[in-house]
Amino acid sequence: MKTIIVVGNGMVGYKFCEKFIAKTPKTNFKLIVFGNEARPAYDRVHLSAFFENQDAKSLELAPRDWYTKNNIELITNERVSDIHRKSKTITTVSDKQFSYDYLVLATGSTPFVPPIKGIEKDGVFVYRTIEDLEAMLAYAEKIKSINPKGKAAVLGGGLLGLEAAKAVRDMGLEPHVLEFAPKLMPRQLDERSSDMLQNKLESLGITIHLNKATSQILGENGFIAGIEFNNEEKLAVDMLVVSAGIRPCDELAKTCNLETGIRGGVVVNQKMQTSDPEIFAIGEVALYNEMIYGLVAPGYEMADVAVEQILGNEEILMSAKIDMSTKLKLIGVDVASFGDPFVSPDEGHAIVFENKAKGLYKRINVSHDGKSLLGGILVGDAEDYNMLHQIYLNGMTLPENSEDLILGARGEGGASFGSAMDLPDTAQICSCESVSKGSICNSITNGTCNNLKDIVSHTKATTGCGGCKPMVVDLINETLKSLGKEVKENICDHFDYTRQELFGIVKIKKIRTFNKALDVCGKGDGCEICKPLVASIFASIYNDTPNKETSIQDSNDRFLANIQRNGTYSVVPRIPGGEITPEKLIVIGEVGKKYNLYTKITGGQRIDLFGAHLNDLPAIWEELIDAGFESGHAYGKSLRTVKSCVGSAWCRYGMDDSVSFAIKLENRYKGLRSPHKIKGGVSGCIRECAEARGKDFGVIAVDGGYNLYVCGNGGATPKHALLLAEQIDGDMCLKYLDRFLMYYIRTAAPLMRTAAWLDKLEGGIEQLKKIVVEDSLQIAKELEKEMQGLVDAYECEWKQAIENKEIKTRFKHFVNVDDKDDNIAFVPMREQKIPELRQ
Amino acid sequence: MESILEKYSKVDNSEVKIWFKAAMVTDFPENGGACVKYKDKQIAVFNFKRKNSWYACQNLCPHTLEMILSRGMIGDDEGIPKVASPMYKKTFSLETGENLNGDLEAIATYPIKIENNFVYIGFSE
Repeated sequence: MKTIIVVGNGMVGYKFCEKFIAKTPKTNFKLIVFGNEARPAYDRVHLSAFFENQDAKSLELAPRDWYTKNNIELITNERVSDIHRKSKTITTVSDKQFSYDYLVLATGSTPFVPPIKGIEKDGVFVYRTIEDLEAMLAYAEKIKSINPKGKAAVLGGGLLGLEAAKAVRDMGLEPHVLEFAPKLMPRQLDERSSDMLQNKLESLGITIHLNKATSQILGENGFIAGIEFNNEEKLAVDMLVVSAGIRPCDELAKTCNLETGIRGGVVVNQKMQTSDPEIFAIGEVALYNEMIYGLVAPGYEMADVAVEQILGNEEILMSAKIDMSTKLKLIGVDVASFGDPFVSPDEGHAIVFENKAKGLYKRINVSHDGKSLLGGILVGDAEDYNMLHQIYLNGMTLPENSEDLILGARGEGGASFGSAMDLPDTAQICSCESVSKGSICNSITNGTCNNLKDIVSHTKATTGCGGCKPMVVDLINETLKSLGKEVKENICDHFDYTRQELFGIVKIKKIRTFNKALDVCGKGDGCEICKPLVASIFASIYNDTPNKETSIQDSNDRFLANIQRNGTYSVVPRIPGGEITPEKLIVIGEVGKKYNLYTKITGGQRIDLFGAHLNDLPAIWEELIDAGFESGHAYGKSLRTVKSCVGSAWCRYGMDDSVSFAIKLENRYKGLRSPHKIKGGVSGCIRECAEARGKDFGVIAVDGGYNLYVCGNGGATPKHALLLAEQIDGDMCLKYLDRFLMYYIRTAAPLMRTAAWLDKLEGGIEQLKKIVVEDSLQIAKELEKEMQGLVDAYECEWKQAIENKEIKTRFKHFVNVDDKDDNIAFVPMREQKIPELRQ
Repeated sequence: MESILEKYSKVDNSEVKIWFKAAMVTDFPENGGACVKYKDKQIAVFNFKRKNSWYACQNLCPHTLEMILSRGMIGDDEGIPKVASPMYKKTFSLETGENLNGDLEAIATYPIKIENNFVYIGFSE
């Protein structure tokens, strides 16, 4: 048995292990892995996700027992201090000795910290490990407690620097990015695309300072308080994150006299061998082609080559030319760069499309003969990236009008260039896992795989960065179609129907229970996808409350409350139109006090009470219902609120009593279950203080009646609602709303908001107008009748719950004792409490 | 927090020393779950009424480290009985404890039996 020692347990070191065990029986080799950090290897690429969920575990590439299971000895928190090449042994800081047959250096890099005066001050951080982030987080909390408007600067406007800026923004500090060059991401972007990105980032609250050389870090008593630039300009900041490039960790290689580069890095050949043929170097420590590659994909390829070389497959070599293309989402802004993004005038010319209003920039570099794609840049919309990247990688011949690549085919009969199926079989679709188009399509044609799930488990495609997923899905669907197989958006393995089809079946066959649905048109026991979907269909057809069949409800509906991150629940009583009496406010305050709840005003003009134990929910609701409250359905895919401005009752500009109309609408549609949540708004005049056009339905009072808008959305993809009807009276408004909502409920896909639904509706708003206003499908009466049925069937589900002893037992945490969950703990936050953080 | 996960380890039928009488069959929702307290442990119990079979596992979700699995929806993944954590819909096999839609550590499962309308859970200590 031979021993391989891997020094370094980062992403590339881990990938080496994964590829190694996939390719050889474990008995022939013993792998020993050393990691400096306390944790097993984790995903650094998505480090900023740590701020969103604070969940170090979800970044882990494999749990510790994966190493054990595969006979890999993982020694973390232990630094290798020396390599003795003659005796083929290594020693660690704690003086332990290990011998090897092969040694793999995957020590990675450390952030480069430029020697600026004052850089040693407290409050200056680097951005590389989870520990770095935790230290930043703790410091940020401290700053915010002293100065809630604290500022943080990031030194370096490269890829990683912008990620760091997102991180400090997520921490609640005002972010500033300092870049020495005249543009952002200088390696990937040209000036115009950098301008576009800068505009976008600044609109998101990140201030960008270009052409700035930092001369010193200011501050007294050893704490950072500001930054001074070369031109003596100053910027006050409370924290600095240094992201000015990387330096390979090549100290080990230097002390055992392996050849290294002038500016660092262990020199390797195409076999990833160092100057000692039994020692390999991979990842950011390896100097290949006189370059250090700070990207994951080349690192993974290096790991693969080293594995093959050690196993004796000498013909597998590192690619001569490394593809440095990248695509990423920076705070919601797409940025991509591939091939040669700049191109010199003697090689080719650039075709550029720019739309400043929409923040779009697309550039492709085309050879002078117009036949090949040399590279390009995309900002604002990188949907074309996968295809362009493939065309570039595979040297495919371009269409006659190469501008079609970024503008789309125009005019009638435009050729559709750019289907994934046009790619050659050798095209690498998933570069993280090296999966070619051929292997995806062949697995479908030879019957090994039938869907995305099969392809993922069979080829591992999409499991790295995930960027290739849309293309993989296209390939699968197109291949299935070419085999004459139907591609359907089935609900799940248990029902071979779309939601709309199942809706029809349930209605026609009058199915009333989930069991019956499985018996009549499904199979198996159901799952977490079909159960809540069927529950929603029952609710939309019969207006059954979730109390009727609790075990098919999503957790929130089952317990009629929103589950929070520590397993406690939040309570939201309905406050129609946002109007509430002082007496009722006092009741909410008293309930909050009595049950020790955290209280906050919601975005929908009501009050949320957080941190309720499951056991306490019935008692809390009993008190609320006694005082005249009802369920607010904040937990359901149902009507949330109808927001209103104060209207003509008080406002000197109001054209109509918007509060009264909002209350009327909210009371009409309360409890209505739908494919997704629904929000409404009513504004008393065109000043639109209720922000009604950001809602699924919005009513704005105008001279001569109401304007009715539909299918607006806030959230991740904001959309203004579109005008459905003008200057109509209140009754007409209700009529149209009944029709519109019922039609949406009948036809939308699960979890599809009205805005996305309208996007998919053929003919868009004009078609919707025909159906709702002109009744082109002759279903208006039916829709109105169905809605009236639902409105008449309304019952407050919390009232049902507290009045029924059997329902009440549902809210016990334990079935055999009356105790509460003892795993729940809170910590103080301002004068209230929040859940304790889990490690 | 490591210690809370370590509290739960799989018990095989052959290892059962104590059959804990947990509650009546009718105390558990049909085709759903509820939580049982045994000493300092929280055990999720699931009643697959359609197939007339019962399963028990730790109530602790290994992803969020919260006591919530008993509140999850149950079902099957190609015939394997499973539960979906209510927080992030991580699914686990109730036969092996294996995480079916990710790489989380397996959850601990426990033997379960029904006698005279009572639910019993098997523990080794």
